[in-house]
Amino acid sequence: MTSYRLSKGGQIDRATTLPFTFDGRSFNGHGGDTLASALLANGQQLVARSFKYHRPRGILTAGAAEPNALMTIGTGGRTEPNTRATVQELYAGLEARSQNRWPSLSFDIGAVNGLLSPFLNAGFYYKTFMWPASFWEKVYEPLIRRAAGLGKATNEADPDAYEKAWAHCDLLVVGSGPTGLAAALTAARSGLRVVLADEQPAFGGSLLSDTAALDGLAATEYVARCVDELRSLPNVKLLSRTTVIGWYDSNVFGAVERVQKHVAVPASGQPVERLWRIAAKHAILATGAEERPLVFGGNDTPGIMLAGAMRTYLNRFGVAPGRKVAIFTINDTGYALARDLEKAGVDLVAIIDSRLQSSVPYAGKARVLRNAVVTDAKGGQALSSIQIKQDGRFQSIDVDALAVAGGFSPIIHLACHRGGKPVWSDEQSAFLAPDNLNGLSLAGAAARTGNLADCVAHGSTEALAIATQLGKSGEAISVQVEGDLSGRVEKPLWSIPDNSGKAFVDYQNDVTRRDLDLAAQEGFGHVEMAKRYTTNGMATDQGKLSNINAIALLAEARGVSPAQVGTTTFRPFYTPVSFGALTGAAKGKHFQPIRKSPLHNWAVRNSATFIETGLWYRSAWFARQGETTWRDSVDREVLNTRINAGLCDVSMLGKIEISGKDAATFLDRVYSNGFAKLPVGKARYGLMLRDDGMIYDDGTTSRLAEDRYFMTTTTAYAAGVMSHLEFCSQALWPDLDVRLASVTDQWAQMSLAGPKARTILQDIVDEDIADESFGFLAAREVSLFGGKLRGLMFRISFSGELAYELAVPAGYGESVADALMQVGEPHGICAYGVEALNVLRMEKGFITHAEIDGTVTPADLGLAKMVSATKPDFIGKQMLKREGLSDPLRPRLAGLLPLDPTQGFRAGSHILSKDAAATLENDQGYVTSNAWSPHLQSTIGLALIIRGPERHGEEVVVWNGLYNEFTPGRICDPVFLHAADEKPHA
Amino acid sequence: MASLISCPHCGSRPKEEFEIKGAALPRPAPDAPQSEWFDHVFLRENPRGRYDEYWHHAAGCRRWLVVTRDTASHEVEACRDAAERVPA
Amino acid sequence: MRYSAFSVFRNALDKHRGWSSAWRFPEPKPHYDIIIVGGGGHGLATAHYLAKEHGITNVAVLEKGYIGSGNVGRNTTIIRSNYLLPGNNPFYELSLKLWEGLEQDLNYNAMVSQRGVLNLYHSDAQQAAYTRRGNGMRLHGVDAEMLDRAQLKTMLPFMDFDNARFPILGGLIQRRGGTVRHDAVAWGYARAADARGVDVIQNCEVTGIRRENGRVVGVETSKGFIGCNKLGLAAAGNSSRVAEMAGLKLPIESHVLQAFVSEGLKPFIDHVVIFGAGHFYVSQSDKGGLVFGGDIDGYNSYAQRGNLAIVEHVAEAGLAMIPALSRIRYLRSWGGVMDMSMDGSPIIDCTPIDNLYLNAGWCYGGFKATPASGFCFAHLLARGEPHSVTRAMRLDRFERGYAIDETGRGAQPNLH
Repeated sequence: MTSYRLSKGGQIDRATTLPFTFDGRSFNGHGGDTLASALLANGQQLVARSFKYHRPRGILTAGAAEPNALMTIGTGGRTEPNTRATVQELYAGLEARSQNRWPSLSFDIGAVNGLLSPFLNAGFYYKTFMWPASFWEKVYEPLIRRAAGLGKATNEADPDAYEKAWAHCDLLVVGSGPTGLAAALTAARSGLRVVLADEQPAFGGSLLSDTAALDGLAATEYVARCVDELRSLPNVKLLSRTTVIGWYDSNVFGAVERVQKHVAVPASGQPVERLWRIAAKHAILATGAEERPLVFGGNDTPGIMLAGAMRTYLNRFGVAPGRKVAIFTINDTGYALARDLEKAGVDLVAIIDSRLQSSVPYAGKARVLRNAVVTDAKGGQALSSIQIKQDGRFQSIDVDALAVAGGFSPIIHLACHRGGKPVWSDEQSAFLAPDNLNGLSLAGAAARTGNLADCVAHGSTEALAIATQLGKSGEAISVQVEGDLSGRVEKPLWSIPDNSGKAFVDYQNDVTRRDLDLAAQEGFGHVEMAKRYTTNGMATDQGKLSNINAIALLAEARGVSPAQVGTTTFRPFYTPVSFGALTGAAKGKHFQPIRKSPLHNWAVRNSATFIETGLWYRSAWFARQGETTWRDSVDREVLNTRINAGLCDVSMLGKIEISGKDAATFLDRVYSNGFAKLPVGKARYGLMLRDDGMIYDDGTTSRLAEDRYFMTTTTAYAAGVMSHLEFCSQALWPDLDVRLASVTDQWAQMSLAGPKARTILQDIVDEDIADESFGFLAAREVSLFGGKLRGLMFRISFSGELAYELAVPAGYGESVADALMQVGEPHGICAYGVEALNVLRMEKGFITHAEIDGTVTPADLGLAKMVSATKPDFIGKQMLKREGLSDPLRPRLAGLLPLDPTQGFRAGSHILSKDAAATLENDQGYVTSNAWSPHLQSTIGLALIIRGPERHGEEVVVWNGLYNEFTPGRICDPVFLHAADEKPHA
Repeated sequence: MASLISCPHCGSRPKEEFEIKGAALPRPAPDAPQSEWFDHVFLRENPRGRYDEYWHHAAGCRRWLVVTRDTASHEVEACRDAAERVPA
Repeated sequence: MRYSAFSVFRNALDKHRGWSSAWRFPEPKPHYDIIIVGGGGHGLATAHYLAKEHGITNVAVLEKGYIGSGNVGRNTTIIRSNYLLPGNNPFYELSLKLWEGLEQDLNYNAMVSQRGVLNLYHSDAQQAAYTRRGNGMRLHGVDAEMLDRAQLKTMLPFMDFDNARFPILGGLIQRRGGTVRHDAVAWGYARAADARGVDVIQNCEVTGIRRENGRVVGVETSKGFIGCNKLGLAAAGNSSRVAEMAGLKLPIESHVLQAFVSEGLKPFIDHVVIFGAGHFYVSQSDKGGLVFGGDIDGYNSYAQRGNLAIVEHVAEAGLAMIPALSRIRYLRSWGGVMDMSMDGSPIIDCTPIDNLYLNAGWCYGGFKATPASGFCFAHLLARGEPHSVTRAMRLDRFERGYAIDETGRGAQPNLH
């Protein structure tokens, strides 16, 4: 509890006080704080527990790579587990809770795992928990699962909104530190359209933590000057709080803008997060470098943080890391921190420098121990001392904070998302992005170690090169820098011997150096295998800090160079992304678009109940007063339709207009049956096959004129058939003169079925529609309401009744349906829904996609006659001849009735021969459709049964073991209502 | 795969506007032998590298396209209307 | 070295210095009875069962990278045998039975966890389809159970039952289905096969298949020529490329399937749950991460990476099923290359070329098949005839008209 807020300094707004809580305790922070800086300012250094050993953990970084300081923030539907305190902006009323601890953060029972750690090392679980066999699931796994995970998900829905947007630019600059600002400015001045994205709320990147002077200005003033100019340019889009998460094909970048993650209650009308897809001609990664931790005993003790992070908390947030501070460094950047700490009045007790010499002078008060390393840190929940080894001798120094400067790794994550492999550089002691990436370059510290002036120059020249490439010109930017100590590559220090405590490589997943050694020893020395065996790099930080150390340690264990070990694969996302951001507005009722028929409101007014059918809401039945179950309504609709008449909305059938002088030839090739000879004014039922000979879809097509046809498809395949026909006309037979138009939405279509259908229709149709003039399968344009409206009328039947389908322009659909109901009322008309439609068609043995399931041939469904033997070509013709497709053992369509009409059966039941054992070998087929037929007063079924058509009359068992229903039944003709009852031709 | 497809009719458009059918193979003659039809319908070169594929600009101009791209790098080399006959 | 609680304890006392390598790193011999191309789950399992079931140990598994670097290490770890068609169902049930005894067989804990695989349905038509499937399973003695909304609400209270675009009406559960720690499957088989004398040779890329008088006699590799009596291909994802070396054109396309893992969360999803109104399925690992995925990207690809549009598509379906996922974060996405066959079902068969055997076409279902695939491929290689449960999985079934088409989509691989 030794970190504290300095009385002055930093870029926080001390005039604004922001109250917040952590584990129920109240604290105050300031505007501009992150949750992490505010916790440190309040002396709260213990903030988390690790995954496996429940080690006490503090704040290690000041950014996206944080492995330790994960907490749950928010409440209710806004609960967010695993939030990194180092990137979460503080707001008034923020509620943060620590995770993975019980009963409390300071007293965590789970820490007993640390004592058991000798047995819980890498891969231990693969070697045990196997006896007795049943114990894994009953005992061991539940115990492991109880301990699993970090934060807890809420069960509540998120009240906030998300959205998606596209951006297009010439140049995307990722990162707004010295390099990114210079790149963006250079490109913008040359006239390129520039997007500058930075994950922080403020632009400036590392400059916000720096005390160097650029062009005589304080770093923050220099940033302000650059940003002001960028803001003034119309060709620049600035995206702050925006993390570029992935690089995708065609140089499209994914990015997430945290629009309102820094407020307690988001303003409505604005999203909390916005997912950007940025299509960029070119991109510059100015993503900087990640500082490396050093691997020594107890290197996870709260109070230890990366040197760059400590400098950020000090300079940007005005937070002192402790009362007695030490710095463990392998390079000169440690001295920049030393200078800044001492200037801020913080007591710096020691600098432990692994080198014999540093290249910068140090005139401060701290002891400088050269050629020295920290071997161990002690203190448990709060750092109390460090053990130092210098020239073979050990000494201990009491400190409460330790900065660790282990060198830098360029942040090349995005550059490797499209398959490029990082390349090891001995000169840079780091993995660099591969060369010659198409459309992407890296600049500044993301490309190579350099000082501030180098970064500015590099960013600028890279941008200039792109501008030139895109036909623009400009000038490179350079700056004069004072007080900058960065810039030299030093020999890395991968392993530090003589630790007594655990030396962590992956903090969050508790992977130690010993674990990696063991992986190599057991044959898992390949970097990918070591990762999978030890879980190194698999935590929420995805190895941002740990991977490089793990690779180097594996290299040491195997006696090879890091180049030979190589890296694991960088994959999206750079930092984790919420489901909400990726979903945008497509949630709840808006998950998928809703399609409503032009007759929807008519159906609503007639008390329809709707069901989802694909994207459609279809009227399923129309309940009337006194009807208590859906079956009451459906039975009435079915009976009434057969006795009087029924009106059904069939607008959702796919409707395609086909025209052109070769339309007849075209139809002949896409249907398996003949269409060329169809007379004008007639409709015909057709089957479409796939290339493999199976039925694809069915429907009717009518010839309205010599060169004009009107096709209907099933509802489910409407879009598919349209695409298919377009494919046929454009890709297969572009020489045919055929034009296609989808007119599904242009027509409201209704089916009027029943003995009184003609009488009712004649009331609104101007032409005579008597059988002689409008016979079975007639299809013509008709005049309605005394010439007020034109429609299309087809005498086709899906019910076995005298039936017509009438199509009218969609906008008139409701009125026409109302009119039909009105004129039909004296004749007893009723509305019927898709349920009754299904009963009516099943009673006649007509098929739907319940039967056409993609694995049936025309012959399977008794439609062999619909395959032309004479046409030279139609889709599916050749593959239909394969031997297996005429195998007599293929299941074929048959009807099915229960022996006892009061017994039902369900679709999906299988068929067994009477007295046959219930085995797969005895399986005879299955029920495709079932319904209650009010005419037969029995359940009826359609089924695909082996040799079905030859077995009419055979008794079988309709077997539904899933529901414990075993119904004796009889195979029968699939047409349940026979010619005597048939009226479509009447 | 490409995030953007350059439709010859509509310009560069998001991939989501397109639907993919599969290998763009010439259809055998109607009376070609069974074996040739079998090869056409069921067998695939499945190259690692240059590949011609049918795409449909379903949410755009409704034209079928032949997209030539690399199945290893995902780079798109060309995109033409499927009705265009390629000069041999 | 045999693994046990005792061995862990004893080695812990010795700071784990005593563990030996889980396998050898042998150089190839000039000739083997059988060479398997592909050191993934299927290839390693094949080697294990060749040695264990058939006593054939003069076997090499050739892996171009590291073992388990293919799809066995990049899937969503689901095991199940809830197949519809008789051509598939007995095979996957054999696989599930082998999973159930895997750890004792291999002396390796692959964490087979039978937490139940649940398919949700949202319409009468889907209910009918699952009824048909569940009954097909029951007829073969496979466990299947239909759950209604009330039961589901108790089990999975976090799902959006009523307010979603497509309300959840019920689901078909196979309780014996579940998950397995995927990498450990490759390691367990490799270690067991190695212990029986099989040479598992890593970093050995096959560059050619040598034939004499039409017969396969060996392979050219990055480590030189290696002779064999029989050659088995188990290189899913790259099957077409390897088969091409023998002049064989397959009914297969390579497609990319993405999968995802979230940040670690306290366990709240106990089952594997498959959404029925969109492409999304999810389980939660023993480490706490949600492991989830959706549909294949839909285009031929050998790159192990996918497109952002599919990522968004998966998130949309995920949120439609579980609204509370909104503030849960995707941690990582990855892609595997699938052998998508022309009917969505695999091929384990001889080929028209003497001494060449094929194990391919696993689509996105190869992981769950690993044990049976190895078992049956070993059977085929050892005896020269298909195991009874793979008698429908023939290479010539497309030509003859005997497709095993579970989804009824026909000869368009990206629809399966």
